[in-house]
Amino acid sequence: MTTVIREGWTTFKSIFTGMGVTIRHFFKPAVTELYPEEKVELPKGARAKLYVNIDDCIGCNLCARACPVNCIDIETVMATSDVDLGKTSTGNPKRFWLTQFDIDMAKCMYCDLCTFPCPTDCIYMVPEYEYSEFDRTNLVYHFSDLTPEKVDEVKEKAEKEAEEKKKERERKMKEKKAKAKDKAKSKPKPKPKPKQPDNKKDDEES
Amino acid sequence: MIESYGNINPVLAVLIHALIPLTIILVYALVAIWGERKVAGFIQDRLGPHRVGGWHGWAQSIADLLKLIQKEDIVPKDASRFLFKFAPFMMFAASYAAFAVLPFSSWYIGSMIDIGVFYLIAITSVLTLSVIMAGWASNNKWSLLGGMRSAAQLVSYEVPTIATVLTVIVVSGSLNLMTVTEMQSGNDILGFLPNWFIFQNPFLIIAFGIFFISILVESHRVPFDLPESESELVAGYQTEYSGMRWAMFMLAEYADMLLLSLLGVTLFFGGWNSPFGSFMSGPAWGFFWFLLKGFMLVFVMMWIRWTLPRYRVDQLMHICWGILIPATFVNLILVALWEVVF
Amino acid sequence: MEVMMNKTTDSNSERREMVINMGPQHPSTHGVLRLELVLDGEVVKEVRPNIGYLHRCFEKYAEELGDYASVTPYTDRMDYVSAMNQELGYVIAIERLLELEIPERVEYIRVIISELQRIASHLLGIGAFGLDLGAFTPFLYLFTEREKILDIFEKTSGARLLYNYMTVGGLMKDVPKDFKKDTAEFVKTFRPKIKELNDLLSYNKIFINRTADIGVLPEKVALNYAASGPVLRGSGMKWDLRKDDPYSIYDRFDFDIPVGSGEVGTLGDCWDRYMVRVREMEQSLRIIEQALDGMPDEGDVTEAVPKRIRLKEGEIYCRTETPRGELGYYIISDKKGGPFRVKARAPSFVHLSMLPAISKGSLIADMVAIVGSIDIVLGEVDR
Repeated sequence: MTTVIREGWTTFKSIFTGMGVTIRHFFKPAVTELYPEEKVELPKGARAKLYVNIDDCIGCNLCARACPVNCIDIETVMATSDVDLGKTSTGNPKRFWLTQFDIDMAKCMYCDLCTFPCPTDCIYMVPEYEYSEFDRTNLVYHFSDLTPEKVDEVKEKAEKEAEEKKKERERKMKEKKAKAKDKAKSKPKPKPKPKQPDNKKDDEES
Repeated sequence: MIESYGNINPVLAVLIHALIPLTIILVYALVAIWGERKVAGFIQDRLGPHRVGGWHGWAQSIADLLKLIQKEDIVPKDASRFLFKFAPFMMFAASYAAFAVLPFSSWYIGSMIDIGVFYLIAITSVLTLSVIMAGWASNNKWSLLGGMRSAAQLVSYEVPTIATVLTVIVVSGSLNLMTVTEMQSGNDILGFLPNWFIFQNPFLIIAFGIFFISILVESHRVPFDLPESESELVAGYQTEYSGMRWAMFMLAEYADMLLLSLLGVTLFFGGWNSPFGSFMSGPAWGFFWFLLKGFMLVFVMMWIRWTLPRYRVDQLMHICWGILIPATFVNLILVALWEVVF
Repeated sequence: MEVMMNKTTDSNSERREMVINMGPQHPSTHGVLRLELVLDGEVVKEVRPNIGYLHRCFEKYAEELGDYASVTPYTDRMDYVSAMNQELGYVIAIERLLELEIPERVEYIRVIISELQRIASHLLGIGAFGLDLGAFTPFLYLFTEREKILDIFEKTSGARLLYNYMTVGGLMKDVPKDFKKDTAEFVKTFRPKIKELNDLLSYNKIFINRTADIGVLPEKVALNYAASGPVLRGSGMKWDLRKDDPYSIYDRFDFDIPVGSGEVGTLGDCWDRYMVRVREMEQSLRIIEQALDGMPDEGDVTEAVPKRIRLKEGEIYCRTETPRGELGYYIISDKKGGPFRVKARAPSFVHLSMLPAISKGSLIADMVAIVGSIDIVLGEVDR
């Protein structure tokens, strides 16, 4: 009997304590932020959307390699020797046409790993979060500023130059072979100057 | 009262009588669902619905109703079709029919019968039946569990409910709710307190406590909302229902809540009597006081709902059979003794 | 009706049992857990947890990525409720393999951040537990508090849930200027909220009725199942990796290990596990306060970060105390860029495995309480 009464008393006491807490909250102002009308300002460095400052991009592909989910797609074309693409704001020389720089924000997991390796700090997160789309393909952002015609043009040019270079190389190879034959016949001569610049370019292209 | 209509066609008179509580229930349900969400919102430091209709989102329930009307009426393939479709309407009909004997004001009561309390208790028992019906007919295991829980809970708690009502009947000596209310007019206790039963007899305060707990159970409110306990039984007996049928359950539930609160008001808080004696009293004020007191009780029920966790089914039964029923009967004897002595 | 009737009459006619699926779409299975319950009335005769609905091949990914740094965001996604602690465990494992010296400031920031994360995780765990038992309101009060922690994290790392903030050798970036002020402010305002929680939920008699003597896990059983964290401590065993096998700089701080006491019921019941979490939050606040005092104001947080992680062949098992228990990473490195094998020992998985042992003979309502009290995160169970 006494235990029942004691139990009942503690039950009611705890219930009324709890009701006291809730009624105090009843008269407190709400903490809700009415979203579309009131927008909370995101702090500096909030990770909401990737942005590429394409003028500063040198096409080094480091961000695409760092991305764990492969949401960055970069295609570059070697600039031909007759054009000068200038320098980035950080002073790095630009040597590639960026024919494609796509970021698929539907795939992106906002890990921010792509922004660290960038040598020119041209890829970064911006605090813009209202970009939902009805169609998933609209979430692929194209950052390349070249028109399709321009892309074709530079590709053609690059191919042409590559072809020329190839021919040049073949020609040189032939020359070399001829010389080697000559060498074999006559006494050896010091080697002609090395073809370093060509090699380097080939590496980068591949 | 029916006699006061004089020469009107009796069928028309009955219709008018029937429509007044129906209007009250429908309007109340819309307001109460909105109010419940508002209360929940404020208690939880939120705003609750606040967009539809401008001022504090007052039209939210109407918008919800429109949405529910548009929804597809889904009947599960293996359900018992007739029972499944019929259960929600039966549930609403039961709580609606019970409104007939509630005296809304000194001027209006649906049906002036001398066994009002008895009728009310009898007709609300049908609720149990419809809940079991819904639970069983859905052919869903969760629904079945919900229906079974509900049966156990409602049948058990009818005992303390009736016993506490009986306590009041011992004091009033009448089963007619109009007479019960009329007995509570005036402000005589200690010179200023109204003659409400809760002030007349100290043991009736205890009786009211038990009655309040019982009506929480009867109307499936937290902490006793076991038949539809969301986090355990998905949605209990309502799991398979959608659209308007589900809305009928909702309506019946809110109507039940109001009904039992109003019964509590009639029995303990003087029904349509003004708390200030003859000040602000009269037929129209009677409506106002009666509903206001009812809404206060409904608010307390909401307040409790958003504060407490829920009991377990065996604990619920223990509270009923182990504590409330003995306490009610002891209390009944004490009330009777008090009445004899004073 | 045919289907149900057949089931109850044919296959189980003698036992009168009903098999019921709780989940994967059930309000209180904390994600996509599926429990097969064999019921006799409402009494649970048997529980069979079915997992795998959230399997995302974490371990295989870690092998395939070919980079140690790229694994960190994936660790976040294991236990998404306490992402910072998951990262910390992984990062410490790699640092031990590399034998890196970590700057003082980085260590302090890591401790503060992971203790904040512990509080945030417990807030969610406790809130969801209350929600399972029908108490809706505490959940939202606790969420308000959790929001403040997430705001601090957002200012710090830029993200709100999956941070990828800790890197091998340091942090991704320095904390903002008002980090100290914000955190101190939070600590100050949070203390009274714990009292409010106790008033509203912990010592509520209905809540005690629902949780005391339910899902009792004796210490011996807990050890046999290799339980850890609040679940083990709720059974009365004083075991906390922050004290017993200190990592980072936890050995410098003065704090207690709250253990279950069996005040309201049996030792090791749901209430004990719940209360251990509440008390742990207070201890975390103590650690944060001490760490805020000791944290150096100046220092480069990225100075020890290696440009490229090159490891010798080797292996390590590194364990840390996350809000849910002992999180261990077993990493085998070879000479290639990425790990050869990463195995995560997830506490939630271990705790889930003992569910059948502690919930036999309880009611469905208790089942919900037990699942809530062991506080599993399905992301971590399935990985």
